[in-house]
Amino acid sequence: MKNGKRNIFKGGLGQLTIPIVSICLLLLFNLIKGLITKDLSFFSIELVRNNFGNMVLSGNLISIINGASELAVLAMGMTLVTAACGGQDISVGAAAAIAGSMFVKVVKTGSSISGMKVLLAFLAACMIACLFAAFNGTLVAVFKIQPMIATLILYTCGRSIAYWINGGATPTVSSPIISGIGSFIPGVPIPTPVIIVVVMAIIFKLVFHFTSIELFTQSVGINGSAARLNGINSTFIKLLSFIILGVCVAVAGTIGVSRLGLINHETLLLDVEMDTILAVAIGGNSLGGGKFKISGSIIGAYVIQTLTITLYAMKVSSTDVKAFKAIVIIILVVIGSPVVKTWFGKFVGKYFKKNKQLAVKGAE
Amino acid sequence: MENSKIRKREPLTDTQLLMTITIGIFITMYAVAMIALQGGFLHAQQIFDMLNDNAPLIIVSCALTIVMIGGGIDISVGAVTSLTVMACVLYLNNGGNILVSVLLAIGIGLAFGLVQGFLISYLEIQPFIVTLAGLFFARGMTTILSVNPQKAEHAAFNKLREVQFVIPWLGYTARNGNVVPARIELGVLVAILCVVLVFIMLRYMKLGRNFYALGGNQQSALMLGINVKRTRFMSYILSGLLSGISGYVFMLHTGAGNATNAAGMEMNAIASSIIGGTLLTGGVGNVIGTFFGTLTLTTIKKIVVSSGLNDPWWQSITTGGMLCFFIILQSVVLSRRAKKKSA
Repeated sequence: MKNGKRNIFKGGLGQLTIPIVSICLLLLFNLIKGLITKDLSFFSIELVRNNFGNMVLSGNLISIINGASELAVLAMGMTLVTAACGGQDISVGAAAAIAGSMFVKVVKTGSSISGMKVLLAFLAACMIACLFAAFNGTLVAVFKIQPMIATLILYTCGRSIAYWINGGATPTVSSPIISGIGSFIPGVPIPTPVIIVVVMAIIFKLVFHFTSIELFTQSVGINGSAARLNGINSTFIKLLSFIILGVCVAVAGTIGVSRLGLINHETLLLDVEMDTILAVAIGGNSLGGGKFKISGSIIGAYVIQTLTITLYAMKVSSTDVKAFKAIVIIILVVIGSPVVKTWFGKFVGKYFKKNKQLAVKGAE
Repeated sequence: MENSKIRKREPLTDTQLLMTITIGIFITMYAVAMIALQGGFLHAQQIFDMLNDNAPLIIVSCALTIVMIGGGIDISVGAVTSLTVMACVLYLNNGGNILVSVLLAIGIGLAFGLVQGFLISYLEIQPFIVTLAGLFFARGMTTILSVNPQKAEHAAFNKLREVQFVIPWLGYTARNGNVVPARIELGVLVAILCVVLVFIMLRYMKLGRNFYALGGNQQSALMLGINVKRTRFMSYILSGLLSGISGYVFMLHTGAGNATNAAGMEMNAIASSIIGGTLLTGGVGNVIGTFFGTLTLTTIKKIVVSSGLNDPWWQSITTGGMLCFFIILQSVVLSRRAKKKSA
């Protein structure tokens, strides 16, 4: 099945077909709806003066890009874990709550909040997130436990550990530096979380460019034993993918805390693990491991956020959004499924033979 | 598989070994609790209370065991349970009939099982994504039906809810001198019936053996002439059906529909199945082990509460720790056996 899927994605935009087509469909839907109702406010972007007196960009499109920041950061790390281990980490939300709690705890020590202290707090958050990620990674890489089961442990008790760190309280932090991370830096009209996502994406790109992590991760994901026989330390690669995810979790936790200016261990990034896995899947990555594209997962994250904002714009209440989201997800994955593609291929005579062969290959 | 010759050479299969460990640990834990904590643990009612409170979880865990033996995963079970409760309560409050409400519960479960099973087995979409969408859909539909909690106001249903099986000789004398008989709710019987039926199905029926073959090695199953797609389809239908039944049992226990009903149940059910010795990779598992897995999970929570650690974080931290213990134990046991076999 894995084999067939990879081959089918050949040609055109390749793996990115599904995420790009789905984001275009969603925007097109909004455009048509806007033209019918003569109300194109969904697409308007304007410069407004916010409460702090800064000129900032605002509008639905901006809030989509801004709101998906945590999801995009997490999706980058999750793609690596998925590719290397063939499974998903379901504890990212709980781990982000731990990282966020640690961040707030360090920021709250002492009286004043300086830039140095915020940096220190972020490093502390990174450290604790990496520690828990290493725990998950050890279970997966050394003890050979399926990732979903191994991370179920932290999923169960993670938020309780976060509760512990701040003694059950939900302390608030208010400082220009924190709000600078969570919303806007004075003088810059682009939301800071968006800048962070761009920086993270560039870092990933550079790391992949100058090291062979990408190649090694893919080979471990496709066939761990073959990779080991070729001299790749698959245990280390799996562990490394989890630790990279740990850094992503710390970044996402920091953004989440800074956005609200307080830490609530129960609600910070709630249910984000499901959305993250969804982003990876919509990005065209196989959840069974192997080849991956980080860019696909990032676009996948924006697809999910566009869908959510579109539904909000249609006055669907926040509790009901899930049902509609589910329907759209099912439609997207049905269109993307190899079997439906094969059926569709029958109508496109030119590709008929090729797809049939692929289908047979996939069934083997 | 259960050939007597094979059994002589190798006393326990993987499934039986993991199940034996679980049952052993459950009995040890309960015995230690009886000696060290005394109190409620000395009364038979403690076990019955655990069953009364967790009958839906037991049923849902059975569902997950079936799916996991077949090598899949179903995380929509808790949400389907919640949707069933809400739908049935609303139906009964609008002057419904009890028999039809049972059919409604089973119908909702079957509908989810059919759609998800079709998408997973015939369209070959990853089970995690499909059942995640199922989870979203069921949770969303529950809030669309009603955001506010709904209490069942149906005379005949409330009478059915009060059906209890009283065992006087297992009761105990309360502090004020009254004799409190042991009580078992109707839902527990349904749950135990489900466990027995699933056990028989997995052990003696062709379909059940096919699940093991499918989860153990899909390739070999295909070559043995098993209809792999239909077998996988059936596992999700059974899972949906059991989720619907679990919803009705949940309603019998609480008598009210609420959007937050059965929150996190899917993860508890997965945890129970794992503790009971089911492997997520498929092919290994036993529903009796799952039953004891659920009991182990609840016992540890009860022990934490009765040791005076009332702070909310202790329960989940001990659950996580225990899960960690069981998972590593399984991994070590299985890898040692694999080494022995190859040696």
